[in-house]
Amino acid sequence: MSDQPPQPDIEFQAHLTEGRFMIQRSRSTGGYVFYPRVMEPRTGTMDLEWVPASGRGIVHASTVVRMKPPAENYNVCLVDLAEGPRMMSRVDGIPPEQVRAGLAVRAQIVTEDDLPLVVFRPE
Amino acid sequence: MSAAFPRGRAAIVGAATFGIGRAPGYDSLDLAAIAAVRALDDAKVNLSEVDGLFFCHPFDGWGGGTLAQYLGIQPKVIDSSRLGGSAFQSFVEHAAYLLDAGSIDVALITYGSNQASAAGKLPRTMLPMPYETPYKPLSPVSAYALVADRYRSVYGLKREQLGEVALAARRWAQLNPDAVKRDPLSMDDYLGARMVSDPLGVLDCCLVTDGGGAIVMTRADRARDLNREPVHVLGAASMTTHHHISAMPDLLTTGVADAGRRAFAAAGVGPSDMDVVQLYDAFTINVLLFLEDLGFCKKGEAASFVEGGAIAPGGRLAVNTNGGGLSCMHPGMYGLFTIIEAVRQLRGEAGDRQVADTRLALAQGNGGVLSNQGVVILGTSATL
Repeated sequence: MSDQPPQPDIEFQAHLTEGRFMIQRSRSTGGYVFYPRVMEPRTGTMDLEWVPASGRGIVHASTVVRMKPPAENYNVCLVDLAEGPRMMSRVDGIPPEQVRAGLAVRAQIVTEDDLPLVVFRPE
Repeated sequence: MSAAFPRGRAAIVGAATFGIGRAPGYDSLDLAAIAAVRALDDAKVNLSEVDGLFFCHPFDGWGGGTLAQYLGIQPKVIDSSRLGGSAFQSFVEHAAYLLDAGSIDVALITYGSNQASAAGKLPRTMLPMPYETPYKPLSPVSAYALVADRYRSVYGLKREQLGEVALAARRWAQLNPDAVKRDPLSMDDYLGARMVSDPLGVLDCCLVTDGGGAIVMTRADRARDLNREPVHVLGAASMTTHHHISAMPDLLTTGVADAGRRAFAAAGVGPSDMDVVQLYDAFTINVLLFLEDLGFCKKGEAASFVEGGAIAPGGRLAVNTNGGGLSCMHPGMYGLFTIIEAVRQLRGEAGDRQVADTRLALAQGNGGVLSNQGVVILGTSATL
């Protein structure tokens, strides 16, 4: 193990580009961390390692962003990952109005604006 | 340990606003300076006496020094904490301690923004958040919409209940000649308004206006000999819980719960003692959360608490008596204006919207996406 702390954004994006949605976990506390950082918030421990996210989550809150036609409305939501951390994302595959708190979802990596992005679909 | 707030030992002795609505031809510093000079004149305190300057420029990170130079003063203390709309509540808190300690003698707290006149020409003050920005939330309304949606799924929330907040604000604004939106607003108007980010529509969102404001603070012993009846700072407290909505610990409990508890404790009063309550209504949902977090009702009950015009003129609780950010004004960071409205009510100079026999007032500020919170409790000399 190196003493060099992770370079969080670069390493997260590198995993994502290779098709892996990874989050961080502290070796000592077992706590999961998202968004990527050099240390675990609250405890300050710096022994974070990358682990694959299960990809399972539950919608915590959701909104429909209303666009002027012909642009289409779209969903923005907060998803509670099975591992604990909460993240902002979007649920694809159903109309944005039907994304409600409590919906079980699974992560999917899509490419948007030439960058890989974690979105979710209903389980 | 709990720091002993210097209850009542500092007072607001001058207050002024300028350019509420549109103030073309003035930039943000001009508006802050005009309000500052008028507030000092209101207090009959000389500009040269100001040794503590509390100022947050809409986007210039060095704005405190810029304004000091513009005013021609050389302050001992400059506080430009970037806490969004709650900065001014925190400024009152900091100024009260510094005045009481003798570090400064006269605090000038001021703000100005020409954001409406300069629309489209304003730089950003926040970096994009790489784990939110790609999902294209409308900033900041989608963050508040997520909170409102969470409220709806946990407690139940009808759009008419958010509408009550908007309608109450408009009815107060109709009593305030300075308010920007004074035309009648019906529930049908509210329900028919364009949706922006569900469940929030355009009438759930605060206005975009210009405006400047300022207050002057001194120690209470000096305040007694000045021009105006002093408004005493009985308690003040602040709290920051997060910065981005995805990191808010609990979407339904804001930092107002903690800050409010400490401000009330410092003042030795509670919510039922408040004669008027000025809340930072950047969005309608804010008012529900803050009423609950301040203890005016239990968690989950604010949606029904506001029904039937309960916070409108003549209702059971006088909330946002100037018309609030929703109908009076909102020049980017509105927290100073909740304090100024509280001062006007406590001085008995609020005209048609005056709440009779106001002795105690609460003025709350909100910054970011419910991120930063500040609560100030103010009282007349009779409450000391």
